[in-house]
Amino acid sequence: MSTTKTTQAAAPAVEVDRSRDLSQPLEKLAPEESLKFHSDYLAGTIATDLVDEITRAVDENNNKLMKFHGIYQQDDRDLRDERRQQKLEPYFTFMLRGRLPGGVCTPEQWLKIDELGRLHGNDQFRLTTRQTFQFHYLDRNALREVMIGLRDVGLDGKAACGDVARTVMSGVHPGLSKLHKQVYEQARIASDHVIHKTSAYEEVWFGEKPATPRGDDEEPFYGKQYMPRKFKIGFAVPPSNDIDIYSQDLGFVAIASRGKLKGFNVVIGGGMGRTDRAPETYPRLGDVIGFIEVDQLVPTLDAVMGVQRDYGDRVTRSHARFKYTIDDKGLPFIKGEIERRLGFALAPAKRFRFDSNGDQLGWTTGDDGLEHFTLFIESGRIIDRGERRLLTGLRAIAQAGLCVFRLTPNQSVILSDVAPEDRPKVDALLAEHGIDNVPTKGRSALRLNSMACVAMPTCGLAMAEAERYLPDLITKIEGLLETHGLTEEPITIRMTGCPNGCARPYIAEIALTGRAPGKYNLYLGAGFHGQRLNKMVRENVGEDVILEVLDETLGAYAKDRQDGERFGDFVIRAGFVAEVTEGRFFND
Amino acid sequence: MSTPIPTLTSEQQDQLQRLAPTVDRDQAIWLSGYFAGLAGAGTAPAALPADDGAAAATAAPAAPAARRLTVLYGTDTGNSREVAGQVAAAATAQGVPAEVADMADYKTRLLKDEQDLVVIAATHGEGDPPPSAIGFFEFLAGRKAPKLPDVRFAVLALGDSTYEHYCSAGKQLDARLEELGASRLADRVDCDVDYEDDAEAWIADVVARLVPDEPPAGAAAAVPAGGAPSVDGAASSNGAVAHGKKHPFAAPLLENVVLTGRGSSKETRHVELSLEGSGLTYEPGDALGVVPQNDPQLVEALLDRLALSGDATVPTKQGDRPLREALTHAYEITAGTPRFIEQWATLSGAGELEALRDGDAKARFDYLHEHHVLDIVERFPVPGLDAAQLLAGLRPLQPRLYSIASSLAAAPDEAHLTVSTVRFELHGRPRTGVASGHLARIGDAEDLDVPVYVQANEHFRLPADDVPIIMVGAGTGVAPYRAFLQEREARGAEGRNWLVFGERNFRSDFLYQVEWQQLLKDGVLTRLDPAFSRDATPKTYVQDRLRQAGRDVWAWLEDGARIYVCGDATNMAPDVDATLAEIVAEHGGKGEDDAREYLSALKREHRYLLDVY
Ligand code: SRM
Ligand SMILES: Cc1cc2nc3c(=O)[nH]c(=O)nc-3n(C[C@H](O)[C@H](O)[C@H](O)COP(=O)(O)OP(=O)(O)OC[C@H]3O[C@@H](n4cnc5c(N)ncnc54)[C@H](O)[C@@H]3O)c2cc1C
Ligand SMILES: Cc1cc2nc3c(=O)[nH]c(=O)nc-3n(C[C@H](O)[C@H](O)[C@H](O)COP(=O)(O)O)c2cc1C
Ligand code: SF4
Repeated sequence: MSTTKTTQAAAPAVEVDRSRDLSQPLEKLAPEESLKFHSDYLAGTIATDLVDEITRAVDENNNKLMKFHGIYQQDDRDLRDERRQQKLEPYFTFMLRGRLPGGVCTPEQWLKIDELGRLHGNDQFRLTTRQTFQFHYLDRNALREVMIGLRDVGLDGKAACGDVARTVMSGVHPGLSKLHKQVYEQARIASDHVIHKTSAYEEVWFGEKPATPRGDDEEPFYGKQYMPRKFKIGFAVPPSNDIDIYSQDLGFVAIASRGKLKGFNVVIGGGMGRTDRAPETYPRLGDVIGFIEVDQLVPTLDAVMGVQRDYGDRVTRSHARFKYTIDDKGLPFIKGEIERRLGFALAPAKRFRFDSNGDQLGWTTGDDGLEHFTLFIESGRIIDRGERRLLTGLRAIAQAGLCVFRLTPNQSVILSDVAPEDRPKVDALLAEHGIDNVPTKGRSALRLNSMACVAMPTCGLAMAEAERYLPDLITKIEGLLETHGLTEEPITIRMTGCPNGCARPYIAEIALTGRAPGKYNLYLGAGFHGQRLNKMVRENVGEDVILEVLDETLGAYAKDRQDGERFGDFVIRAGFVAEVTEGRFFND
Repeated sequence: MSTPIPTLTSEQQDQLQRLAPTVDRDQAIWLSGYFAGLAGAGTAPAALPADDGAAAATAAPAAPAARRLTVLYGTDTGNSREVAGQVAAAATAQGVPAEVADMADYKTRLLKDEQDLVVIAATHGEGDPPPSAIGFFEFLAGRKAPKLPDVRFAVLALGDSTYEHYCSAGKQLDARLEELGASRLADRVDCDVDYEDDAEAWIADVVARLVPDEPPAGAAAAVPAGGAPSVDGAASSNGAVAHGKKHPFAAPLLENVVLTGRGSSKETRHVELSLEGSGLTYEPGDALGVVPQNDPQLVEALLDRLALSGDATVPTKQGDRPLREALTHAYEITAGTPRFIEQWATLSGAGELEALRDGDAKARFDYLHEHHVLDIVERFPVPGLDAAQLLAGLRPLQPRLYSIASSLAAAPDEAHLTVSTVRFELHGRPRTGVASGHLARIGDAEDLDVPVYVQANEHFRLPADDVPIIMVGAGTGVAPYRAFLQEREARGAEGRNWLVFGERNFRSDFLYQVEWQQLLKDGVLTRLDPAFSRDATPKTYVQDRLRQAGRDVWAWLEDGARIYVCGDATNMAPDVDATLAEIVAEHGGKGEDDAREYLSALKREHRYLLDVY
């Protein structure tokens, strides 16, 4: 980023507590702050660890630093106990998350991802809830090869994880292709602008030593300590809220007139993550603070991120997200500080309307006359399973060069920009690989509006299953929908293996977050297009209770709903659960 | 008694004086074993090494006419030492004082002055002498070997007839001594692993020939002295009272887990046994003898093919037993021996077997490798066979040795083993090794005992605490190193420890990985160089890691380091040896011969030690 660190910048308008932020000496801050500071801009000793012959892991600090390069150390939790008894270290593998602004992926890139996934990722890869891809099961000794492979097609893992701005999301609304292209352009600009610049990445993974040692100019914006915590940016294209704008740290709602992008409403302070039994943690929906012109995008990024960089809590990491900074300092102060840095006041927000946060599945003809097929992929896993050979099928389509791939925020993929005459070819290739082109065939609208995070066996934080369990649970719920005649009724359901909320559960009409194997918190009452948080109705319960509660509430919904009324709205009106008006009150 | 025996108190002397005249030959032999047992079990101070023993022996008044007798043995697992002790006891009982010496530390310059030389030699490796005796063999085979016109000799060869080069070490000695002009007292006898009876008969014969025509006065008085040298066989733990090979201790199984992870191409187990109350102790480097049982399914298969009843009682060393039990506990019924071919040829009259019986050893060996007992009896049925005929062809079930992988300092009253399960196919039928298969079969069963005894291994010991050591081991070859490191950690030994470990795959076969990691963290293990042959291309083996680290290996050796090699005898040990020679040549700037000599010197100084199988 262009602007240099603004910690020393003119004192803010109002006096606020600075005892926990960047202005404090390292010893007063969380150990991670010292780690970052002394890491030589994220190089650490990763390179040495990569060739350690006694283990296939890396040390704890390098593990933390590698996240900034897109890599997480994990271990196969199914094998943990077994290997402990065998006096063998855990079966360490690595997850690599690519950076794919707006989820747009060329056939060439898709083929490389596919190749690396087959070579090193256990014959699969995964699409994430932030429109990018992940490899699991990577051997530490294969990481360099994978990184080089990605570079060959212009991809990297920069900023996919770590205390920096994450991969930038952008709505994929296939119907409005013209507008999408303009918004995607801006998302790219934003992504390239906020990405960290350290040459450590090239040095560690490609062995490219920098000409001169890294100095103060290495990270003009971030500096040695980067952000207090991850920072998430997304662009939504109304009427679709597929990216869940209210869950982003910084969101931009595209405002257009007659297909031409005019600017953005700015939304700040969204976030999902919370911790059970820690009421000071909570999900929060972003606040719309005003409108900016397209050319004010970059300065706005600097201003907003600058405020979080300088005021964010660097003492307690569980309290370090922007959402808490805002609630601590107060929205007026934060907005004022942003405007002070921008040098102008934000224009009032423009009117806009969302109707859903799901995907528009199946074939759509774009306003550019091109065809787009949104393929439903359960939990984003690209793998050949029995008849349904997704991995091979999509490879064939990529090889034929029939489309551009657009990853959706719901872990699905759009085969986009298909020439009308090619549409039959795509259909044929899909059919050939056992992939039906009618999403609703044998699937309830609930399933089509479902999301599950990864959880077991790779996620180190999982307390219960998610991706491996939700499909079965939905099958059981479909039984209930059947009896209540709700099979075609779109209802959002999301499951995560822990309260971190990677599948954005707290804005799903039905949500489940893991507590222990087979045990979940059950939440109801969120807004259908992500405009309202849900609330916990049962804590730490098993499948039987979950189905019981759903049977009762769905039954009532089928019977007593008003026309057009969403399930999330109904359960509040019917008194099954109280409305949550603000994140701060989520745990009340 | 005129001359007092320095190693005994006068009180002990009196007791012996009273006892001596009353014992007969067998009792004398038994007593020698008895004292050996006491020493082996650590009761008697092991401070009765060869020289003292010899001193005691020679100090004893011998008949003027009598020639000096030296009983020389080359051993690895202790059997020859035990037999040598029996020879000395028997001879002394007959008034022929004997000096017992281990080839490992026999002063070869004494050879030319020997008079009567009785040699007990075991064969190891692939028909090689026991590692500790290699120096002696080299000397004898070499140009420096003296002519021995005045020497009378007799050789007893210990071996295992399932090996291609049966008793070859003993055979070599026998031929070479003759070559050097020595005269043969008695013909060589080759003993299979059940050597006890053959050995006893041979000893009687040899001793008879040693005895001067009229027994000297005071022969009886010499008996106690006779006891002394036999104590030289002390380190053998085959005592008569203490738990030993003949009296194994039923060790409760504490743990039995598979160390190799999923997807491994092999199965290696970690077995923990309790020695509590056994009185058994051991040193790092020692092995544990495990008395196995045959696979019940194999026993049934055999009974079935031979149409024999498992309940018919048959005589065994332990008295009459049902045949089923005898086949399970008393006899080797997997791999056959030449004796079995002989027996079965006679019984079946099959031409093919007769040809093998009369043909050369190599052919017999190859055939036996391809055809186990079950295969032979299936191919050549013998109608109306009776149990005795079968057993006559079989040899007693042998214990198997396993390096102890623990140190008493770290695991008091326990012995840990690292056992790789022998599994292979023969004629489309899956087979398992007797002992490793048995240990695999019992798994982690509750309250189950495994009969064991301690097999001392004097030639594979830790050096002084401050001496650096390099430990090279592939597969289960790491077992003793786990014991070494546990011991050194417990002792807070200063010396640096370097482990070079080889296996197939990092993920599944890194035996004891987390323990090594911890030892590295704690600084007990100075360095660990692993080699995983099936992960990397080109395949990397321990010798490759040694070569890569050649400079450091040389530096360590020059710092006085000891180097240990343990595990596979067929490929690893020779490859490592060759590589060490290369390293010494390259980094020591030596020619090939000098490099070899450097290694031989290391061996002589007990700084280059092998425990291979
Ligand atoms: C792959 C993905 C879930 C999926 O099924 O797609 C995912 C997977 C993980 N997330 Fe997430 N998060 C994913 C989207 C999210 C989202 C949704 C979003 O960003 O729109 C959230 C909620 C929004 C937010 O950030 O508040 C989210 C909130 C978290 C948190 C809680 C953060 C917080 O400040 O509260 C953690 C834990 C942490 O960071 O300490 C986390 C941590 C993780 C880790 C890396 C676990 C770890 O830290 O060791 C998970 C790796 C599991 C695995 O084996 O792959 N993930 N994570 C998503 C990848 C997105 C991407 O491409 O970047
Ligand atoms: C000093 C010493 C220390 C030892 N330490 C260890 C140790 O720490 N760990 C360990 O695991 N072992 C160790 N051993 C080896 C161990 O003693 C046994 O030899 C080994 O376990 C095999 O015994 P078994 O009864 O299981 O197999 P056996 O029943 O003895 O079978 C082995 C025999 O099977 C036959 N055989 C094997 N493969 C084939 C094939 N492919 N085709 C045809 N026939 C075949 C051969 O005749 C072979 O001799 C050590 C040996 C010695 C001498
Ligand atoms: C690793 C090993 C290799 C052996 N190789 C041979 C061999 O090649 N030929 C042979 O006749 N006996 C061989 N034997 C059998 C031994 O000679 C036999 O067990 C003998 O009783 C051991 O005597 P010791 O205890 O004095 O060493 C071998 C034994 C072992 C443990
Ligand atoms: S929500 Fe929890 S369990 Fe699921 S991926 Fe995220 S961190 Fe893992």
